Amino acid sequence: MTLDIAKLVPSLDSRILLKVEGLRKYYRATANRFRRNRGLIHAVDGIDFEVAKDESLGLVGESGCGKTTTGKLLVRLIDPTAGRILLNPGQQQPTDIATLKGKPLKAFRRKVQIIFQDPYESMNPRRTIFDTVAEPLKVQKMGGTLEHLDRVSHMLELVGLTPPSTFLFRYPHELSGGQRQRVAIARALIVEPAFVVADEPTSMLDVSIRTGVMRLMEELAARLGIGYLYITHDLAVARYVCDRIAVMYLGKIVEVGETEELLQRPKHPYTQALLSAVPVPDPTFTRPPVRIKGGVSVPVDPPDQCRFYSRCPLADDFCRDNPHPPLEDKGAGQLAACYKA
Amino acid sequence: MSERPVLAVEDLTMHYSIKAGAVRAVDGVTFSIERGQALGLVGESGSGKSSIAMTLLRLLPDNAQILRGKILLDGVDIVPLSEERMREYRWNRISMIFQAAMNSLNPVYKVGEQIIEALEAHLESAREESIERVRRLYDVVNLDPGLIVRYPHEYSGGMRQRAIIAMALACEPDLIIADEPTTALDVIVQDHILREMRSIQAELDMSMIYISHDMAVIAEVSDVVGVMYAGKIVELGGTADVFHSPIHPYTRSLMSAFPSVTGKKRELGTLTGEPPNLLDPPEGCRFHPRCPYATDVCSNQEPPKVRRGNHWAACWNPQGE
Amino acid sequence: MAVSDSPPTAPRSLWAVRAALAARSFKQSWSMFRGTRIGIIGLAIILFYLLLAAAHPILMNTVWDEKIYDPVVGYAFDETRQPAPPSWSHPLGTDPLGRDVLSQLMYSARSEFMLGLLAALITVSIGTTVGAVAAYFGGVVDTVLMRLADIMIMLPGISVLIVLSALIGVEHFELALIIGILSGFGGTGVVLKSQALSVVVKPYIEAARAAGGGPVHIIFVHIVPNLLPLSFLYMMFTVTGAIFSEAVLSFLGLLNVRMSWGLMIHTTESAGYLLQVGEYWWLIFPASLSITLLCSSFYLVGRSLDEVVNPRLRRS
Ligand SMILES: Nc1ncnc2c1ncn2[C@@H]1O[C@H](COP(=O)(O)OP(=O)(O)OP(=O)(O)O)[C@@H](O)[C@H]1O
Ligand SMILES: Nc1ncnc2c1ncn2[C@@H]1O[C@H](COP(=O)(O)OP(=O)(O)OP(=O)(O)O)[C@@H](O)[C@H]1O
Ligand code: SF4
Ligand SMILES: [Mg+2]
Ligand SMILES: [Mg+2]
Repeated sequence: MTLDIAKLVPSLDSRILLKVEGLRKYYRATANRFRRNRGLIHAVDGIDFEVAKDESLGLVGESGCGKTTTGKLLVRLIDPTAGRILLNPGQQQPTDIATLKGKPLKAFRRKVQIIFQDPYESMNPRRTIFDTVAEPLKVQKMGGTLEHLDRVSHMLELVGLTPPSTFLFRYPHELSGGQRQRVAIARALIVEPAFVVADEPTSMLDVSIRTGVMRLMEELAARLGIGYLYITHDLAVARYVCDRIAVMYLGKIVEVGETEELLQRPKHPYTQALLSAVPVPDPTFTRPPVRIKGGVSVPVDPPDQCRFYSRCPLADDFCRDNPHPPLEDKGAGQLAACYKA
Repeated sequence: MSERPVLAVEDLTMHYSIKAGAVRAVDGVTFSIERGQALGLVGESGSGKSSIAMTLLRLLPDNAQILRGKILLDGVDIVPLSEERMREYRWNRISMIFQAAMNSLNPVYKVGEQIIEALEAHLESAREESIERVRRLYDVVNLDPGLIVRYPHEYSGGMRQRAIIAMALACEPDLIIADEPTTALDVIVQDHILREMRSIQAELDMSMIYISHDMAVIAEVSDVVGVMYAGKIVELGGTADVFHSPIHPYTRSLMSAFPSVTGKKRELGTLTGEPPNLLDPPEGCRFHPRCPYATDVCSNQEPPKVRRGNHWAACWNPQGE
Repeated sequence: MAVSDSPPTAPRSLWAVRAALAARSFKQSWSMFRGTRIGIIGLAIILFYLLLAAAHPILMNTVWDEKIYDPVVGYAFDETRQPAPPSWSHPLGTDPLGRDVLSQLMYSARSEFMLGLLAALITVSIGTTVGAVAAYFGGVVDTVLMRLADIMIMLPGISVLIVLSALIGVEHFELALIIGILSGFGGTGVVLKSQALSVVVKPYIEAARAAGGGPVHIIFVHIVPNLLPLSFLYMMFTVTGAIFSEAVLSFLGLLNVRMSWGLMIHTTESAGYLLQVGEYWWLIFPASLSITLLCSSFYLVGRSLDEVVNPRLRRS
């Protein structure tokens, strides 16, 4: 398996920016204090992946599969239950994000940033655009107010809010959704991070402005050499922004591959189902029927078998009696976690 | 056979009055729906889709006025009807699945009770009869009849949405209006619901208005598509016509901006400029400030309807052909 | 990093921009406030009493003879019988000890304001901090602060004040402090915490954490400003409560103060005139009416501020 080799030779690939190993996050189920043995929600249940410099990895999956939890773990908004998150694993001393504290944690926040899904709620309504974008500079004590003004203006220009002087001192409610999302991007990029988690950054935007924001993110990634984890539930959007796609199901990554390859030749039955369920904006196209039923459930104390077993059209007794399948190469560098694929 | 359309809307105009002036949410809208037909309404947030639906049901807030126009339901204009008469039409003739309706079930009553209550209020049918009917409806929407006696919180989001659909179907209306019924759902659940709704609609020979901002969903469910921009329908025609040879520049940019997982990966289009302000919409064609094909006439004169067969668009510079 | 084309703005103009922004949001709130009418009535009453308070030292230094008009040690030598009914020289008459009622009224207004505002300031600074801290940290901190709040709420406020004032001499400052602590750590803190809880879960708090902001930054830059409108509202209600408590305590003669509206009624009562209101109305009405008016005016202002800061109540 590729992962073990990578562990033995840490400087195998110096292009790798971020490496996640065995990452887990469990939550206690329900805050009901009268019930004992509440069980554990396996929100993220042992995932491994890598993101290279100026690469954009898409994380797709249905609601509740653990995408946001993964994103928040990577930027340490929540603490992992287990696992390692290595920044710059190819270097002599890679940083393990999972155990950072105090000063190093604060310094780390400069290197990794997050863009939130909701452009309406992710900005303090009582602070101006300048205050919002300059906040990371201020708390990181990077330069004085004059310099902040300079850098914020420059950043606003970069994200297409021109001329910056007309936007600097507006409040969020005085901007449209697309403009706010641009501000959110500016805030994430102002500290010149190496890695950005984008949690459904365009899902609240209208189609007509969505492309603009997507293109902007791509452009900035190329220009500033940023690596992205692009979280979305929309495979069609992922197709346009991601170099590779990881498909998540109930806390596990079930398939990873190059975008077009994965979309054209999905290996895992869940990816196949997901793909066949995406509506197509072409009235003459007839989608094949989706072969699975129901929605994602909550992963409370899942049994030790394939997470997809209960909904899988290919499942047989072997799947039932064996633990969750490992991510294995199914050809052309495409990894899938399935015994039958 | 020239059957009378189930619904014919003529020059419908509805404004909301707020402190800052009149929000022109529905402005001179005209369309009609034949029996068994599904009309899809697409348009971006705030274009007035839900407002049309609410106007058709006459379920408007106090600050809304219908200024002009007719809503002919089976030939009867329901605009001047009294609230009492109107109540006979709702549920029996037109019913609606509201935007975010899955949260509208009352959490303290069993779901079945709520449907039976709605039935009894409208049909005055006997209890056993209603229960039997709810059982059939659950069958139709693919819900386990055992769920009838359960509470809403015991349903998943998708199951709740199906229960709502069952409730809307309860009185076998002629027309059902579905306002973004699947927007909050996962694609796999959405797929099930879309398929079910289409088969139910075919089975009962119902007409449907399906509202969504998702071009792909509209392409899948509707026979006829109306594209809305700033309170107006700017293009209307058979789904295949509108999707394959759009006339209006706005429809074109919507199409080109919409990503697809199938087919060749093409460059996505963008639209510049701001969404329109319905308090003070642009003169002439409301799309002109953002339109790549706009000419001088667009900014001061209302565009004419350009017809191509059963397909029209309101534009000075029609595209395609 | 490339320098932007626009010339950097001088810091002084940055502050000018901020001032302009503050002025703009004040203007918006003011126009909304003005629309509520009851707020304007309240504000008018407050202004009236402010004028009375401000006019007192001026009158004392100009037209009023100190020996006659001093609110505490003066004596109306020009009257033959005390308490004297209103006359040209004593517009509100004199009290049983021969002191000018108007002068007492005006003199007390100032201390009522000081008391009310001080109590409110203390309440709100404690309450806001407690609310924000409890909501942000949760867990043990939250539990400790909320149990403390339970105790504060359970303590019957007036009785505690009575006991305390019997034990130690309570003056206006101590009174303000006690009221502020009781309500800041108690009810006001709890209300502001529940508001803070709805702020804490907002994504912008997470965004601030992701930027590297520590607890102090988040609490004082993000949470507290979002509590301020509500705190301001509670400030108004605290003023009402403080003035009222003061009146009750002075009436019972438990406060160690030179002069106050409550004390004026206390003097009337201990001289035995309380039950002859019809005949000696000027001994009761000016003070009791002032207590009622000032209390309700702050309450009215609070209510209409509620409408300004709470969009749910806003009329369309
Ligand atoms: N703070 C929490 N406490 C308990 N459970 C949680 C918490 N946060 C998330 N979960 C659970 O963890 C699982 C994964 O949640 P997560 O938010 O990561 O999903 P997601 O993939 O981002 O979904 P969506 O597409 O709806 O945003 C869900 O079952 C959720 O209920
Ligand atoms: N009660 C109301 N009072 C004033 N304006 C209103 C009211 N309801 C809706 N509007 C305005 O009318 C316009 C059309 O709203 P509508 O809800 O019909 O849009 P929509 O197309 O359904 O959008 P969405 O996709 O977001 O649901 C919007 O600009 C909206 O702000
Ligand atoms: S391992 Fe088995 S159950 Fe799991 S996805 Fe593959 S076929 Fe289905
Ligand atoms: Mg999420
Ligand atoms: Mg709507």
